[in-house]
Amino acid sequence: MTEKNFNSDSEIIKPVHTSKVGGSPFKGVAGWIDNRLPILRIFKYEYLDFQVPKSLNYFWSLGGILMVCLIFLIITGVTLGMHYKPSSSEAFNSVEKIMRDVNFGWLIRYAHMNLASFFFIAVYLHIFRGLYYGSYKEPRQLMWLLGIIIFFMMMATAFLGYTLPWGQMSYWGATVITNLFSAIPVVGKFIVTWLWGDYAVGDSTLNRFYVLHWLIAFGIVGIVVFHVIALHIVGSNNPSGIEPVDTRDTVSFAPYTTSKDLFAMLVFLLIFVLFMMYIPNYLGHPDNYIPANPLVTPAHIVPEWYFLPYYAILRSIPNKLLGVIAMVSSIAMLGLLPWLDLSKVRSSVFRPIWKQFIFLFVLDFFLLMYLGKMPPEGVYVILSRIGLAYWFMFFLIITPLVSIMETPLQMPNSIHEYEDWKKKGKIKTLKIF
Amino acid sequence: MPNMSKLILLLFLVFFNISPSISAEDSEKLLNPKFSFDGIFGKFDRASLQRGYQVYTEVCSACHSMSLLNYRNLSQQGGPEFTEEETKAIASKFEVEDGPNQNGEMFKRSSKPSDHFKSPFPNEQAARAANGGAYPPDMSTLAKAREGGPSYIYSILLGYEKSPKNIKLEDGVYYNKFKPGNSIKMPKPLNKDAVKYSDGTEASVEQMAFDVTTFLTWASDPHLEERKKTGFKTIIFLLIVSALAYFVKKKTWSRIEPKM
Amino acid sequence: MSNKNNNSPEKKNRRDFITVATGALAAVGVGAAIWPIINQMNPDSSVKALASIEVDLSSIKEGQETVVLWRGKPVFIRRRTNEQILEAQKVDLKDLKDPEPDSKRVKKAEWLVLIGVCTHLGCVPTFGKGEYGGWFCPCHGSVYDVSGRIRKGPAPLNLEVPNYEFVSDTKIKIG
Repeated sequence: MTEKNFNSDSEIIKPVHTSKVGGSPFKGVAGWIDNRLPILRIFKYEYLDFQVPKSLNYFWSLGGILMVCLIFLIITGVTLGMHYKPSSSEAFNSVEKIMRDVNFGWLIRYAHMNLASFFFIAVYLHIFRGLYYGSYKEPRQLMWLLGIIIFFMMMATAFLGYTLPWGQMSYWGATVITNLFSAIPVVGKFIVTWLWGDYAVGDSTLNRFYVLHWLIAFGIVGIVVFHVIALHIVGSNNPSGIEPVDTRDTVSFAPYTTSKDLFAMLVFLLIFVLFMMYIPNYLGHPDNYIPANPLVTPAHIVPEWYFLPYYAILRSIPNKLLGVIAMVSSIAMLGLLPWLDLSKVRSSVFRPIWKQFIFLFVLDFFLLMYLGKMPPEGVYVILSRIGLAYWFMFFLIITPLVSIMETPLQMPNSIHEYEDWKKKGKIKTLKIF
Repeated sequence: MPNMSKLILLLFLVFFNISPSISAEDSEKLLNPKFSFDGIFGKFDRASLQRGYQVYTEVCSACHSMSLLNYRNLSQQGGPEFTEEETKAIASKFEVEDGPNQNGEMFKRSSKPSDHFKSPFPNEQAARAANGGAYPPDMSTLAKAREGGPSYIYSILLGYEKSPKNIKLEDGVYYNKFKPGNSIKMPKPLNKDAVKYSDGTEASVEQMAFDVTTFLTWASDPHLEERKKTGFKTIIFLLIVSALAYFVKKKTWSRIEPKM
Repeated sequence: MSNKNNNSPEKKNRRDFITVATGALAAVGVGAAIWPIINQMNPDSSVKALASIEVDLSSIKEGQETVVLWRGKPVFIRRRTNEQILEAQKVDLKDLKDPEPDSKRVKKAEWLVLIGVCTHLGCVPTFGKGEYGGWFCPCHGSVYDVSGRIRKGPAPLNLEVPNYEFVSDTKIKIG
């Protein structure tokens, strides 16, 4: 620093940001608080006045639905944790005690159990939405990747949670899944023993799985916060795939999106309650009501329904290591999508060829789900291999090729024009909802 | 592509309806009598539950434990609903080990409603030793631990037949047409008039099987009635709120889309 | 934004009514959903079922006491000496913070049955300390007499007498 700089006051005296108190859009107590802790204005800007595209359909309610699911899962999980005992001798009985003796324990446990399944239903629809409308493309790649991280964490949490009741399926599911790590060359065996803390799945395994079930569940909450922050900087995609330009293209979050999402949530809740109250064990497996027995493996080990497609992929490859790699990369493929799809057009509404391949991919998903439930023999194995082949072809070959070769349909210039075209019947849209 | 999407929706429903049972391939379709606890308004038949308890104590409990149940459950709402006095009397017929007392000794006393159902064997090894190596499973959760649940239990109890000539069974193994693989180590448990019902109901094999199935279903799921009742109320409530929410949504959006 | 509100006042009222009704019902629903979450922390039915125990008194000598656990709390069963009984009976009720005659606190004068939990903040008092011949609480210095009545210190009430009955001359049932 030279003496020259002190010649003028204006060069060394600069306004400091921290002394600024004020600027809150609220008055009174709310304003006082908001000027010191700006959560109210963040809420107002990001949730009440936030502009979202006018053309959103009910697929865009899934984000809110998933948020509600996550909150319910955490509340019911915390309450179950107050009664559950993570030891191999007590776990099964403590779960049954929750079901029998704890006040409303049956309700809370059935809710937690079925919510896990419904969380996956909503997530799969959410992922499909992203796939179909190109929500993974510029500038939303990072949001998409965060979503995939959440999906991986969800699977880990669901798996860990499923071991906790310590029934036959819990025990043998834990055994099979942890043994996947033994496919890693050289160190695999040691990793598995380290995971177990024992020479087989046992008391120590259950105790640490319980802790990890909590830890990863709260980890999900953290990543969800990032996912939502990312959403609020890049904005929602929409069925047209066109970015909104002015307020003719948008509505404010409240009351438009909120009223729509509330209705969607209630319908979702209604279906959930039907399952929870009338067929609470339908999505589970009866063997999990038999206490874990390390001496007897159940005749057919089947993972929970949401893991079936990947389980089918795992079993379709006769090599242990390759099977595990195929299973993990089948999901990780989703993360490459933003860089494999080179088309500038986001929405499949304007991509007639790509759209067909997406539907085929969804069919493939259900085919693999069905095959994951069937015994790994004969025609089922051959079908799983076909399913597996399409799965990887879809990402690695079809996606880039189609994105280069396909000629998109004529597109409107703005969202409000898109809405206009839709009313006139010029655009074919997805009519599930 | 609306047709394609409908097809996917249909497939989704179909896949979810494939019952995960592959175990029942080579055995017969399960019997499915009309149980009072089926359906949205399902309730247990108290008399049947009480008779079922009698069948359990007088027949099944010779080999099968129900360790997760307490005698007090017999008087709880939604169950057999024996009176408190009846429950005390039932419990006091069984002996339980308690202690240590002031002198540090274990002692026997008659059971109280807060005690667990008495198990026929002290441990699994003793149960196996007494049953030719087979372990009679604990029946506390039986109705939810078997594919088919109540129908499975009912069918097994009525599925005993002479084995077909082409099938040779070892000693101590019996033929049952509903058991996957058709062989079972439990001898036929119910024979006509195995119990004498105090309410005068005729103790036919079907009747006893029906009653004990009802009892075991309750034992697996003691809050079934409460669950179905709460479920119905919740669904009615949600239907009303969703209908209202739908109108709120429509009204709100009509501000920017006058006619839709 | 094309947020034109051309609705007539009457229409607006109806919309408001539906919105308010929906909000109110949703609030009721949330309330109903919260109750199980709260109630699950109350004692469960296996705990409630263990409400009563029986205690054999024959081995307790005069001037001695036994402590049993009932509902997770210590219960003092003291066989009082004649002097102790007389002392407890002659106390003037005016001297007491929580006036109660000894005769109301026992079923048989010889046997004093108390829940051994200080009414101040839940510690277990010890017998034989303090100037009134009864119990003394080590936590904050409350002093009880041989009838378990509060005499000195911060505790507001006498030691609680549980529900009990004599099943026979030498056996009581607590709860």
